Amino acid sequence: MTDTLDTTPDAFQARLQAFEGRPVGPPTVAPDEVNQAMIRHWVEAMGDENPVYLDEEAARANGFPGVVAPATMLQAWVMRGLRASLEADRARAEGSTADPTAYDELFLLLDGAGFTSVVATNCDQDYRRPLVLGDRLTATAVIEAVSAQKQTGLGDGHFVTTRLDFTDAAGAEVATMRFRILRFKPKPVTAEAPPAGTDAPRPRRPRPALTEDIAFFFEGAKEGKLLIQRCASCGKLRHPPLPACPHCRSFDWDTVESTGRGTVFSFVVTHYPQVPGFDYPLPIAVVELEEGTRIVAGLTGIDVGAIEIGMAVEVELVAVDEDLTLPMFRPAGPAATGAR
Amino acid sequence: MGFERSFAGTTAICGIGATEFSKASGRSELRLAVEAVAAALADAGIEPDEVDGLCTFSQDTNPEIDVARALGMGELSFFSRIHYGGGAACATVHQAAMAVATGTAEVVVCYRAFNERSGYRFGTGVQDRPPVANAENAAMAWNSPHGLLTPASWVAMFARRYMHLSGATSEDFGRVSVADRRHAATNPAAWFYGQPITLEDHQASRWIVEPLHLLDCCQETDGGQALVVTSLDRARSLPRPPAVIRAAAQGAGNQQHMMTSYYRDDMGGLPEMGVVGRQLWGTSGLGPADVQSAVLYDHFTPFVLCQLEELGFCGRGEAKDFLADGNIEIGGTLPVNTHGGQLGEGYLHGMNGIAEAVRQVRGTAVNQVPGTEHVLVTAGTGVPTSGLILGVDR
Repeated sequence: MTDTLDTTPDAFQARLQAFEGRPVGPPTVAPDEVNQAMIRHWVEAMGDENPVYLDEEAARANGFPGVVAPATMLQAWVMRGLRASLEADRARAEGSTADPTAYDELFLLLDGAGFTSVVATNCDQDYRRPLVLGDRLTATAVIEAVSAQKQTGLGDGHFVTTRLDFTDAAGAEVATMRFRILRFKPKPVTAEAPPAGTDAPRPRRPRPALTEDIAFFFEGAKEGKLLIQRCASCGKLRHPPLPACPHCRSFDWDTVESTGRGTVFSFVVTHYPQVPGFDYPLPIAVVELEEGTRIVAGLTGIDVGAIEIGMAVEVELVAVDEDLTLPMFRPAGPAATGAR
Repeated sequence: MGFERSFAGTTAICGIGATEFSKASGRSELRLAVEAVAAALADAGIEPDEVDGLCTFSQDTNPEIDVARALGMGELSFFSRIHYGGGAACATVHQAAMAVATGTAEVVVCYRAFNERSGYRFGTGVQDRPPVANAENAAMAWNSPHGLLTPASWVAMFARRYMHLSGATSEDFGRVSVADRRHAATNPAAWFYGQPITLEDHQASRWIVEPLHLLDCCQETDGGQALVVTSLDRARSLPRPPAVIRAAAQGAGNQQHMMTSYYRDDMGGLPEMGVVGRQLWGTSGLGPADVQSAVLYDHFTPFVLCQLEELGFCGRGEAKDFLADGNIEIGGTLPVNTHGGQLGEGYLHGMNGIAEAVRQVRGTAVNQVPGTEHVLVTAGTGVPTSGLILGVDR
């Protein structure tokens, strides 16, 4: 770190708050007076058919001194135009901004701290009087507030509120606008912390979707048990779990713990595509448990060339990461049962 | 269940249309859908504003109302979507025929369009994000945490068991691929036009999921396919010979799962296709000897063998003998997938196979089977599925 400034959170916040009240740059004078041509284009684009924007008589009949501009056109009068905007963007990107504004300095500071993304959040306008043809506006922009660090759905960030005060040629205030943006640190693609003691985040296996019907199975696995759902009415076992018994239609159920012994009913060896979180070639089987139900599970501790239908296997509950434990099966002792 | 169906023999497919089948269409899925629907209507000689029904897959991303707006169809009185991936293919025609036979609609277009190669690919794995807890996602909880993530892997689990029970080998699966590629080789619309393969090519292709080689797996395709369904009376007044809907049916089996029905007593068959087959034969009054060719859904080769058995073309476990000696190729007793199938022509989720059956009935297929009276078509396998028998208008 070559920066000699204090970089503690409090110090950083103090540096941000020092921008509060600073003008963004010199006042912007509208390139054009409020005029009928720009109003006409605006209302046509917006589909606004209110006659007070185009018709002198209609405007007077509604109590205005003459044709008025749509209130929400406020900022349009002081916009600098596409070319100037593009040139400013390019200069900022090249770091060649001749005369950095307070904005440039603030955003450089936020960028440096990792708050590199931006989203506009809201805009409020207060109007003192209607704008009429011939008004010439001047806008003065001030950084009104820089929030403390906030947690948002997009990521952690700071809200920056800019206030624009609009005045007429006589210097009288005609409107105020507050424009708020969020500068934030984009969330990493995988937001989970890596397990303690590892350097790089270990890719995780796909998560099971845990409905109320099936969560018991994965909770049991975490406790080292291979559970099978049992109908509490007729006693038949079922897997995968269902909310009701297909034999007697009872909704009452409990579980039994499997012995974990079974045989390979079918199996595959997966080569492609290779998904992070797994080692390939990846053997996976349908295992028929001693209790009679079948279950899909990875095979472990086995030569993929030696897997056969009918071979005896036994369960091992494997914590594949900090919050997922899965039943996997390894070859049982020599007392293998025959193929079905 | 009786087999009499009011739509059988009273409705017909009167138009077919497709985009090119490619690996990168360069345009939106909606545009592919609209192009295919427009082409099918042009083939039928029906103006878009006469269409009052649309039907597609629930997996399709192109809403009926968008297709209708794009082609100026005006008002619709029937729209329907069918679930379970490729199992929906023949069911779109089934539902269209039911709508026409009941007077709910007069002209229904069935369509499916996607960028399945250049856009979202079904065969890619999943990411580490917690899925929303609902029954459809929970069904994957038994498979995906173990790495059983792709359609190829789900089918491979069946294939291994089927090999164990029937004695079929990887070479037997390969014969399906060889037949498909032979047919595609003479079909200019096929991606693998002019590129037949040998059984040795199949055996030498790399493993995807043992026991499936690369050449046991269908292509991934960008494209769109559409079919126009109307009454037989109306179809008779149109330019193309009607492909009469002799039978259409959907089927889900006992204790059905989505591609992972590993928990039934028997894991060596496709009972859901048996449900479809019984209805197709019962409704049409036909039997396996009465169809001159078949389009059997071939996302993965092993299930073509299972379908031959479930539909009664051969006995249980006998498919490996049935398809020996080129019997499912042109010139054999039951040519299968005469357009090249989804391994050879393109993967349009089964809809291109229905179009091929229409061409066989019209007598305009590139690999035409002489004397065609009836063609059987099936939809996605391993999932709740559907089927059709189309026939010549007599």
